[in-house]
Amino acid sequence: MREINDQVTAELEKKAKILRREVIKMLGKAGSGHPGGSLSAADIMACLYFWEMKYDPQRPDWEERDRFVLSKGHVAPVLYAALAESGFFSGEKLASLRQLGSPLQGHPDLRKLPGVEASTGSLGQGFGWAVGMAMAAKLDRRDSRIYVLLGDGEMQEGIVWEAVMAANQYKLDNLTAIVDNNGMQIDGHLSEIMSVEPIAPKLKEFGWNTREIDGHHIPGILEALEEARNSKGKPFAIVAKTIKGKGCSFMENQVDWHGKAPSADQIDQALRELA
Amino acid sequence: MEQVATRDAYGQALKRLGEKYRDVVVLDGDLSKSTKTADFAGAFPDRFFNMGIAEQNMMTVAAGLAASGKVVFASSFAIFAVGRAFEQVRNSIAYGQMNVKVCATHAGVTVGEDGGSHQSVEDIAIMRAIPNMQVVVPADGPSTVQAVNAIYHEPGPFYLRLGRSKVPTIYTDEMDFKIGRAIKLREGKDVGILACGIMVAEALRAASALAAAGIEAAVLDVHTIKPLDREAVLQVARETGCLVTAEEHSVIGGLGGAVAELVSSEFPVPVEKLGIPDVFGQSGKPSELLAFYGLTSDKIVELARNAMGKKAHK
Ligand SMILES: Cc1ncc(C[n+]2csc(CCOP(=O)(O)OP(=O)(O)O)c2C)c(N)n1
Repeated sequence: MREINDQVTAELEKKAKILRREVIKMLGKAGSGHPGGSLSAADIMACLYFWEMKYDPQRPDWEERDRFVLSKGHVAPVLYAALAESGFFSGEKLASLRQLGSPLQGHPDLRKLPGVEASTGSLGQGFGWAVGMAMAAKLDRRDSRIYVLLGDGEMQEGIVWEAVMAANQYKLDNLTAIVDNNGMQIDGHLSEIMSVEPIAPKLKEFGWNTREIDGHHIPGILEALEEARNSKGKPFAIVAKTIKGKGCSFMENQVDWHGKAPSADQIDQALRELA
Repeated sequence: MEQVATRDAYGQALKRLGEKYRDVVVLDGDLSKSTKTADFAGAFPDRFFNMGIAEQNMMTVAAGLAASGKVVFASSFAIFAVGRAFEQVRNSIAYGQMNVKVCATHAGVTVGEDGGSHQSVEDIAIMRAIPNMQVVVPADGPSTVQAVNAIYHEPGPFYLRLGRSKVPTIYTDEMDFKIGRAIKLREGKDVGILACGIMVAEALRAASALAAAGIEAAVLDVHTIKPLDREAVLQVARETGCLVTAEEHSVIGGLGGAVAELVSSEFPVPVEKLGIPDVFGQSGKPSELLAFYGLTSDKIVELARNAMGKKAHK
């Protein structure tokens, strides 16, 4: 087993910073998109793509690979940044985000970009997709693991809970769901709009193993992923407390930064902070 | 020409409706700033309910409110209001003829950069196929305002289709809007152009271009797709002998489908359908996407010539 030490943590922190910088640059260039939820998920994405998951960017359809489904598909930029940094395609492509003809669609499109495992963007649907992938892996006795990232607002969708039940029923211990628990959606705080708390106890009652972590603390994320990997007989949920807009001071915990692009000045400031 | 997004007009009209009538209740699914129901929410917080990202539940809740005497306006993006919540709209709202107005914004490809997952190109066809459901697609700000008032006063389920982007204002505030009554914007005997939504302005431009070439095109704003104004459509068909339909929607089952269904049995004439071919949308600027899918006055002109060429006796 690989050891989680300071050096690993420092490496992954560096990767997370790269992802955040790319997100800011991409959105600035595109002129639209979703920064808040991209930045809150950056540390989780770094841990998944640069530590936890096994995949081969030269063979995106390698059967034995682990699979990641971005159920909160609006944060496509952080996925694209991770895929580029992993070598699925050239980083130069990132500049084409959201432009006519670009494989980097506003929401992930599996027919357009290598490494994208599911076409998402309609909230709630990626979760069921991941359940299906986990069922297929079991059917084929493949040792590949399935990861799905959900927004907490996304959990307001009824189909999320349908997927939760299915994963429990079929004992999908090869499935790990990670909730980006930043407490915000578009119109405000979840607590004021439609509360889904407490998330972890609910999932536990639905038959899942769960762990609550700080979603910006790299060693904590890695330990939770390891626990999920070793957990048998039940699906595993990691409820990661995060800060929407994390890493960019003027975006942190600001509802307004859910879905708009930074101006040129704001990009400069953000990149300085993420230097 | 002044430019107003129909969703902005919707937000303003809804707020004014709330000032006048106590029974107006508004629901949204975490998109109130985009659908503009936030205008109503700010003015009448006690009659606005944010139902969260849960469109299916929102629609059944709307039916329950309507069953208790409320006139409910339920909003989301077209793709989620129609797509995610289809069966709730059908069985909870339309089946029981509940007084719910499904008012969806961000219809069509002018959603732009969000891409194909968010661009509903099939919502008119889906809503039109539901019994009891009436379907209205306004062309501009003033007609949207009038439509919102009209559907409030007409009991029963409605689907109001609105857009994200600013569109040219065609009408004055005093325009005469009646549900199910198409508006003749231009007389002509050579070809009839029937349009809805953002394509009405393009139809008018196309008619001007055709006039410059000596072709007289009639233009009809078919803002109500269902119930279709049969008389108006058939009259244009009789007067011109060939039709072009234009809509920001799939060529399958929308305005073009409705018109073709009617004339094929009542007064068969060639119908050229301009719309999005049988494909999904994609990311891009709204203007780029309109050009990419040929939703332009130039294309209407081209199809008008095609339609004329297919007339039985020229
Ligand atoms: C079915 C569906 N309804 C509505 C939307 C519009 N939408 C996009 S993002 C979003 C808020 C998501 O909140 P959350 O899941 O908490 O994501 P985060 O805050 O992490 O960005 C909404 C309502 C959607 N994409 N899909």
